[in-house]
Amino acid sequence: MRTDDLIGMLATGAGPVAAHGVERRYGLALAGGLVGAAVLMLTFLRVRPDLAGAVLLPMFWVKVGFVGSLAVASLLAVLRLSRPGVRLAWMPGAMLLPVVLIWVIAGVSLIEAEPLQRRGLFFGVTWKSCPLLIALLSVPVFVGVMWAMRGGAPTRARLAGFVAGLLSGATAALVYCLHCPELAAPFVGFWYLLGMLIPAGVGALLGPRLLRW
Amino acid sequence: MQRTNREAQFTATEARLRDLLLKGLAGDNVAYQAFLKDLSAHLRAFLRRRLAALPDDVEDLVQESLLAVHNQRHTYASDQPLSAWAQAIARYKLVDLLRRRALRDQLNDPLDDEMDLFTTADADAAEARRDLGKLLDGLPDGQRLPIVHTKIEGLSVEEAAQLTGMSVSAIKVGVHRGLKALAARIRGER
Repeated sequence: MRTDDLIGMLATGAGPVAAHGVERRYGLALAGGLVGAAVLMLTFLRVRPDLAGAVLLPMFWVKVGFVGSLAVASLLAVLRLSRPGVRLAWMPGAMLLPVVLIWVIAGVSLIEAEPLQRRGLFFGVTWKSCPLLIALLSVPVFVGVMWAMRGGAPTRARLAGFVAGLLSGATAALVYCLHCPELAAPFVGFWYLLGMLIPAGVGALLGPRLLRW
Repeated sequence: MQRTNREAQFTATEARLRDLLLKGLAGDNVAYQAFLKDLSAHLRAFLRRRLAALPDDVEDLVQESLLAVHNQRHTYASDQPLSAWAQAIARYKLVDLLRRRALRDQLNDPLDDEMDLFTTADADAAEARRDLGKLLDGLPDGQRLPIVHTKIEGLSVEEAAQLTGMSVSAIKVGVHRGLKALAARIRGER
């Protein structure tokens, strides 16, 4: 087929293209993924019984703020990575900032704590299950976000897969906040982050295979 | 002076192509065809400079890039420089080709070292070596027929639906999936 024939073929009946198709796909993916994560959480775990009391504590909102700002930053980065020729600009900084902030808070709380309490601040009581549960809850979001990204055109597949995984991890962690009894910053800054990095690592591994176009 | 000329030419091309594409995305197929035609000349020059060692692959890659531009046209954001978008697509396809090439050369002893001189000729460069028409014939009917009827014979979606007995949405989906499948076959998947 000659190039001019190909051009004719592509243009014939091409028709209009809906605006914001990329954004709409991510909206669907996140909505579906959130519902999926919530269903998983309600089926296998439960909402912490003292949630009404927990929402009055500042640390609860520090935790939600940490996870939520990571989710927002990675969503913005994912939108950029889905379009060819768009630079990441300040996105890596926006994703690092919440991590640095929680580490600062964690550092201060460890320094101020009695030496005997430090272990408890770091390990809490659920450190063994927390990262794996976050990774488990991230599965529906991960599937949705990868589907949305396959509808875009990422030119850096490994990085795109990593950030897509981070987005699903952060969204899942947001749901997990409703269950998790832990509030200490050292715990959140390590085990939550580890849980979110599991899907991110899987995304980086699968990206080059799943995101070709 | 030369620099300002180059910049002026760049700005003019960017504005013209962007205008054509935006009209195309709004449904103006004539403008869209002019966009692809104009873009193909820029792609050819861009890729030829970067594929000096593989001149026979230039036209294949031009076609592959055009197909990618078409399949991914919904990812163009109107507040984004068109040149950056189109160039990123062309570069992605270029890197993909070079990677495939490197992989193949690792697997097969490159015989062409001694045969290079007589197997390459400049006249070939104007023609694509890979026949997209043949790849198209290899697609399943559910994708091939919608493309043949609406995009090659120029029937409307409704006419193609009547002719094939498929539903209108099946025709639209078939065209969309078929063109993506075509790109996947070019990449050598299935």
